[in-house]
Amino acid sequence: MTEILAVSKIIEEITNELPDSIIKSDDKSIWIRPDDIKKACAILKKPDGLDFAFLTSISAVDYIEYFEIVYHLTSMRKNYSGIIKVKCYGRNNLTLPSVIDIWKTADLQEREIWDLMGIQFEGHPNLKRILLWEGFDGHPLRKDYLGN
Amino acid sequence: MTGIRTEPVTVNLGPQHPSTHGVFRLRVTFDGEEIIDLEPVFGYLHRGTEKLAETRNYTQIVTLTDRMDYVASMSNNLAYVRTVEDLSGIEVPERAQYIRVICAELQRIASHLMATGFLLNDIGALATPLIYCFREREKILDLFEMLCGARITLSYMRPGGVFQDADQDFWNALDILIQELPHYLDELETLISKNEIVLARTRSVGVLSDEDAIDYGVTGPILRASRVKWDLRKANPYEIYDRIDFEVPIGVEGDTYDRFHVRLLEMQESVKIITQCITQIEKGSIRADVPYFIRPKPGETYQSVEGPKGELGFYLISDGGVSPYRCKVRAPSFINLTPLKKMMLGWKMGDLITILGSIDIVLGEVDR
Repeated sequence: MTEILAVSKIIEEITNELPDSIIKSDDKSIWIRPDDIKKACAILKKPDGLDFAFLTSISAVDYIEYFEIVYHLTSMRKNYSGIIKVKCYGRNNLTLPSVIDIWKTADLQEREIWDLMGIQFEGHPNLKRILLWEGFDGHPLRKDYLGN
Repeated sequence: MTGIRTEPVTVNLGPQHPSTHGVFRLRVTFDGEEIIDLEPVFGYLHRGTEKLAETRNYTQIVTLTDRMDYVASMSNNLAYVRTVEDLSGIEVPERAQYIRVICAELQRIASHLMATGFLLNDIGALATPLIYCFREREKILDLFEMLCGARITLSYMRPGGVFQDADQDFWNALDILIQELPHYLDELETLISKNEIVLARTRSVGVLSDEDAIDYGVTGPILRASRVKWDLRKANPYEIYDRIDFEVPIGVEGDTYDRFHVRLLEMQESVKIITQCITQIEKGSIRADVPYFIRPKPGETYQSVEGPKGELGFYLISDGGVSPYRCKVRAPSFINLTPLKKMMLGWKMGDLITILGSIDIVLGEVDR
């Protein structure tokens, strides 16, 4: 069975190098400061550390007051998973550091989030719309987008 | 020929092209015949499934999942209903779990047959191998028709079990199919796997190393062809897979041939799984007592299954209402397209089609 790695272990690993980067945590997930997300991901990927070499998926959720970006991580070698999250407050000009330098799989997934949720990723080399066409008005997965 | 300067030419492949398996466009730049740059363009089939899911109740969304990977609806159904069950704490009767595994494995065979047939079609073995592959796929679709009346968009599974029990006709037909399939797969293997033209066109073409495969988030037969032994049915056994004995085939080099061969081997393993399910299955209920309007407690969950294309996951968030607050799909076809450029750079025009065919994308799932 793929275990869910204890949150305390992930916190310990990150705070060793990046103190004060964790905002809060519950029994499954950890919320990281937006500016630290790239550094924290690099720490989590280290093969001699927690070895999260596989980024399962990046999801974005619109909670109206803020957006939440969720990173589902898996270590194939050690067969466990972990969840880290980032909160972005506001509605306009949202930016977050891209993790494409750490996991190349972020390429298309970050483009999808920009397209449908309107969150920009700093450092992404080709941040264009992916499912909709350039010039489309709005970001349809946002809760205030009604369509028609 | 050295010394002759060539001008780079940009060619547009698709969106309407028989080898792109749907409306998919590739903007490729060639230097002579060599690929020096490429960019996939898609979204032509985008229907906003994730947005639609937010306005439908948990039971209705099953029909939306059919229309994502439309050559493997059963796997989509399974991934979705498992996530809803996990979110709302529904226990599924054992008989239903066995039927669901049988269906998922039949669907895997059908999907892999289609991938294999179209790959050979792309290589240039026009139509003949495709018809061989479709012959058996047709029998599987007939079985699905006996189960639920539909052949492609099945919606057979429900949160809590399946729509109805399989009748005796289904079991009889399944027995016959299971006896025939190993011979048929051997036939396919002798016809294709040692064929000189197939070997020449696929060996060492579009190699993806194991490290790259993990880094690019690739899953399914492509990942296993790159020598990574990762299969969610083994790594994180869901339903009743922990009671089943089967192997996880892996490739040698990570080339196009391995991707195609891993699929052939996987079909044989699927037959083994179905055989064991038939002997283990017992009489009983096929559906838990689940209301039509499901109201899970506020919370979230991510569950995934090993679909024919790779890890198919759903990330559902509930706010306590009858529809999910957010329904995100981790679509394997979509993410498997990430290393496209890496695999294709430096190869020739003819290899482009072969490599794309070996990835086995379904545009309904890529665009959602």
